Amino acid sequence: MIEFQQVNKKYDDGFQALTDINLTIKKGELTAFIGPSGCGKSTTMKHINRLISPTSGRIFIDGKDISEYHPVELRRNIGYVIQNVGLFPHMTIAKNIAIVPQMKNWDKAKIDARVTELLKLVNLDPDTYRDRYPSELSGGQQQRVGVARALAADPDIILMDEPFSALDPITREQLQEELVRLQEDVHKTIVFVTHDMDEAIKIADTIVLMKDGQIVQSGSPEAILRRPANDFVRSFIGQKRIHTNDKDTNAIENEDDSLSMTTVDEVMVTQPATTSPNRGLAEAIKIMEARKVDSLFVVDKNRTLLGIVSIYRVLNSYGDESLTVKDVMKPIGYQVEPGTPLPIAVEQMTNHRLTNLAVVDDNGRLVGLITRGSIVKHLNEVYPAMIERFAWSLGEEA
Amino acid sequence: MDSYQWSLADLFSYMSRNSDLLWEHFLSHLYMVVSGVGLAIVLGIPLGVLCTRHEKLAKVILGITSILQVIPSLALLVLLMLVLGLGSKTVIVGLLFYSLNPIVRNTYIGLKQVDASYIEAGRGIGMSPFQLLVKVRFPLSLPYIISGLRIAAVIAIGVVTIAPLVGGEGLGREIYAGINNQNPLRIYAGAIPAALIAIVADLVLGYFQRKLNFADRKSSPSTS
Ligand SMILES: Nc1ncnc2c1ncn2[C@@H]1O[C@H](COP(=O)(O)OP(=O)(O)O)[C@@H](O)[C@H]1O
Ligand SMILES: [Mg+2]
Repeated sequence: MIEFQQVNKKYDDGFQALTDINLTIKKGELTAFIGPSGCGKSTTMKHINRLISPTSGRIFIDGKDISEYHPVELRRNIGYVIQNVGLFPHMTIAKNIAIVPQMKNWDKAKIDARVTELLKLVNLDPDTYRDRYPSELSGGQQQRVGVARALAADPDIILMDEPFSALDPITREQLQEELVRLQEDVHKTIVFVTHDMDEAIKIADTIVLMKDGQIVQSGSPEAILRRPANDFVRSFIGQKRIHTNDKDTNAIENEDDSLSMTTVDEVMVTQPATTSPNRGLAEAIKIMEARKVDSLFVVDKNRTLLGIVSIYRVLNSYGDESLTVKDVMKPIGYQVEPGTPLPIAVEQMTNHRLTNLAVVDDNGRLVGLITRGSIVKHLNEVYPAMIERFAWSLGEEA
Repeated sequence: MDSYQWSLADLFSYMSRNSDLLWEHFLSHLYMVVSGVGLAIVLGIPLGVLCTRHEKLAKVILGITSILQVIPSLALLVLLMLVLGLGSKTVIVGLLFYSLNPIVRNTYIGLKQVDASYIEAGRGIGMSPFQLLVKVRFPLSLPYIISGLRIAAVIAIGVVTIAPLVGGEGLGREIYAGINNQNPLRIYAGAIPAALIAIVADLVLGYFQRKLNFADRKSSPSTS
């Protein structure tokens, strides 16, 4: 367990980087510090391994004030991973991983075995990689080695400062998943700095949200999503707000309002997959493949909606090369206008067992499409805030 | 005498007839260079490290060493001779003074250019300041330090030829003897080996300078 008590940090240049940080980081959990750039995440984290000393306040690890440890000794028992170039370019991968065990005077056989074990743990083939140099590895591989190095001497605590932020999105996601799996095995106390909320939600047990050197909110991702403490948190977690004012009216009523007020415009997909009437059938299939859909709306060049063509109809007539989309399309059965309240659209979809519903304006132009996916996505964005209000109103009544 | 004709064969026969003496000059020449530059390394690298610790001190140290370097070599050697007397010792100290500036300066610059994130990583994983210096900062500044060494060596090899003027040994003896006797064979017998030492030293140190560039080190020797 790591505890911050009334920690303040003023840098030499007079800048107040941290104000009254009180924080408990639970043992065996992954705690993510998140906040905009410059809000003091790294500063807070570097207090833990004494790379930075507080101007006032105290920090405890398992009840012992860390100022009682020798900084070098303390750091050897805390893993540390930094953003991109933490690996030493003049040492092989094996040497990089072995640094801390070597400083701790492990014997050579034990170190070798540990390096092999760790490379396997982070999904790098030991025979291939142990004698390579960092510059011969991809960014993602280097960062895996960074994680292995931090784990080398089996520390209880690992600090990671935006370790994945320089990686491409696919590699980043992969490493996030690997970290989650790894953590299930090793159960370290991990402090993870990030500015990416999605990343924090994915990997953290506890999220500590910071702003201007202060902690704004901390709690489980679930709790923060459901009950954002203020507008800053709300905007940071990218949640759509459904109310702006009317604080004094009954909350339940507001919920009803908000539901009935939600219109198809907010929910619809604005770029549904379409095709022009003169396309061949093979082309239509190609478009469906590319957009990963099973039907296309047929629109003319003014986007006037002419009909819909499904993959089944296309395949049934596929043999005849002379046919085009307009020959196999069928007319639109149901549609709604912009401004239609969402519940009405949902009711239509339910009653008629529609997978989607076109939104068509007065002039017959296709302006959007309601799909089940778009409804779920919308609910996902507004639901937590609705729940918050709902819960709050129940509290009022009780 | 200026019509005196000589051939390469004469030079070789002169050199082989006097090979013992020339070899001795060659060795003492090399000895003075290696001692002078060696002392400069021993003194200069710690001074370079010291410079990175105290910026104010850095100004003073680098100021002094660069003043030392701009004193004309003969003047410096004569001044030293007044203190240390005639002999190779004076020459070695002179070479030390000359070599100091490139070594201190390049050590200082080399250490300062090491990417801050390596230093943070090193500190963060629990290296002591000394371990950080030896295991990280020093290896990563080697190309700079060797380049300083290379400059120092070439300067020293040039300056050491005037050693005889303050009672020193070396190939300079042969060169000055040749000048005094107006004997070009002796001048060349001294100057050519001296030049060769400079060229070889430059090539060898240049090779190490490239070789020890760890910044993008590869496991298998590459041709690029
Ligand atoms: N050594 C320093 N001296 C002065 N100001 C600093 C120093 N290090 C960081 N800061 C400032 O402190 C604030 C917080 O920095 P940091 O903790 O690195 O932010 P982040 O949340 O992006 O990790 C920033 O405004 C930064 O400019
Ligand atoms: Mg940071």
